[in-house]
Amino acid sequence: MSALAYDGTAMLGRQLRRVRNNPALAILTQTMPITMLLFFGYVFGSALAMPGDVYRSYLVPGLLVATAANGIMTGMFQAAQDSHRGVTDRFRTLPMSRAAVPLGQASADLVVTAAGTVPFLLVGLAVGWRIEGSALQATAAVGLLLLFRFACAWVGILLGLASRSEEAAGQLGSATFMLPLLSNAYIPTDRLPGWLRTLAEWNPISAVTTALRYLFGNSPVPEGAAWPVAHPIAGSLAWCATLIAVFAPLAVRRYARGER
Amino acid sequence: MTTTYAVLSEGLEKRFGAVHAVRGLDLAVAEGTVCGVLGPNGAGKTTAVRLLTTLLRPDAGSARIAGHDLVREASAVRRRIGVTGQYASVDGDLTGRQNLRLFARLHRVRGPAERADELLDRFGLTEAADRPASTYSGGMRRRLDLAASLIRRPDVLFLDEPTTGLDPASRNRIWDAVRDLKREGTTVLLTTQYLEEADQLADDIALVDRGRVAHSGSPAQLKALIGTYAEVVVAHADALAKAAAVLDQLTGAEPSFEPERNAVGAVTGDPTLTLPRLVRELDAAGVPLLDASMRPPTLEDVFLRLTDRKEAVA
Repeated sequence: MSALAYDGTAMLGRQLRRVRNNPALAILTQTMPITMLLFFGYVFGSALAMPGDVYRSYLVPGLLVATAANGIMTGMFQAAQDSHRGVTDRFRTLPMSRAAVPLGQASADLVVTAAGTVPFLLVGLAVGWRIEGSALQATAAVGLLLLFRFACAWVGILLGLASRSEEAAGQLGSATFMLPLLSNAYIPTDRLPGWLRTLAEWNPISAVTTALRYLFGNSPVPEGAAWPVAHPIAGSLAWCATLIAVFAPLAVRRYARGER
Repeated sequence: MTTTYAVLSEGLEKRFGAVHAVRGLDLAVAEGTVCGVLGPNGAGKTTAVRLLTTLLRPDAGSARIAGHDLVREASAVRRRIGVTGQYASVDGDLTGRQNLRLFARLHRVRGPAERADELLDRFGLTEAADRPASTYSGGMRRRLDLAASLIRRPDVLFLDEPTTGLDPASRNRIWDAVRDLKREGTTVLLTTQYLEEADQLADDIALVDRGRVAHSGSPAQLKALIGTYAEVVVAHADALAKAAAVLDQLTGAEPSFEPERNAVGAVTGDPTLTLPRLVRELDAAGVPLLDASMRPPTLEDVFLRLTDRKEAVA
């Protein structure tokens, strides 16, 4: 276990150094949600039945979670890039922990995401979003958000390691932007037709978004929703635990085996 | 004294679906020697190295690397080897220095920063140390790869086509590095498509074809295996047939012609066939002889003969 911690820290350092050496990509991916907040908040917001400032307040937690779900795309792309570049094969020939490379990637991703959340929330504050609950609850909201990002990163890492090429990973990865569309991240689900509503509410993004809205005190838990949304905190934790329990071991195994 | 083998494999097999990439690889590399694994593209060289460096699991067979079982003691093997190849490279997003420090840390080297600086200096990369590796030239990149695999002074170093695509100056630097390593006692297994590279560096050569070792031995042994090449040059093309008939009679081997030089030659394993005798016989037959020579075969001749290929790879 200490070998994993040591090697994992070294790999975390590697990933962060990569970001520092080439910050453009990280800046681009981290400013994307800000752009979306302004577009959705003012362009779509003006066409919705909800008042604009209410919608923007509704949108901030939704975009936070949608961005966290992009961890799938980022994870896929980075893992595919690494495994096809050959540096991963050198790691495989080293006497190091087999889990360290994917763990380092997921942890570095978490650090970058946490840093990117700060400017996003500042813009959120500027467009009218507020923390309306307690500080403790707000901290719990951020913790939950990061846990969800961590889970998504593992999904991405497995898919990235399993993909045939960087291009394939890029294409499949960009399809993940559809995931938040079928959730309550951007719009309430209560007016969706029955089966579509069920599908959207069993989307993990919906549970985590609802939990964030509840913990930030932005809007109450909706009535009559599916279980993960009706019990958003338990639902979110259950989703994150399931995703990590399934995808992290598979990703580590896939990495250790290394055959394509 | 018994020989200790740094690499000893028996019957290694690897299939990728329908492709039988390695089919019964038997390889023995004595400690402290350089073994050249020579073969055309697709012969299974890279798969063989990937098997021997724990990157792939063999479907059958066994191997011991530096005394450790390849499969059961994979992590012990990993502690004793260094690998450089098209695949086992460095991180292009990190600088040369960052790469070496990272690998030093992962190897649990005491003083990773010092070890990195030492290797940067040894491979002439100090000036470029703080530039991302992706900006390096091919030769610099290959030197950084090599430095990265020497972090812990491996017992066995695997180099997969270390000079493919390099200019002659960069190639010579890598060759010098391999010679230095051998002097320091490191066992080196290198694959190459270049016959000259094997001839220059290797103590022993394993000729790999279609996933198995077709022949092995020192370059001299391999050359002796196919004999001496006797070649004669005649004054005019009309005399070629007569010269060929004499060669055929003396060597029993099928002559090969080079009509543009009015030359014909054949391989002989007969030690009594010396240059004076060759000249006497040709003269007696009335061949208008301009030149005659007997030279040991090149590795290229060996390669062509022993692998049944139509043409050499390089």
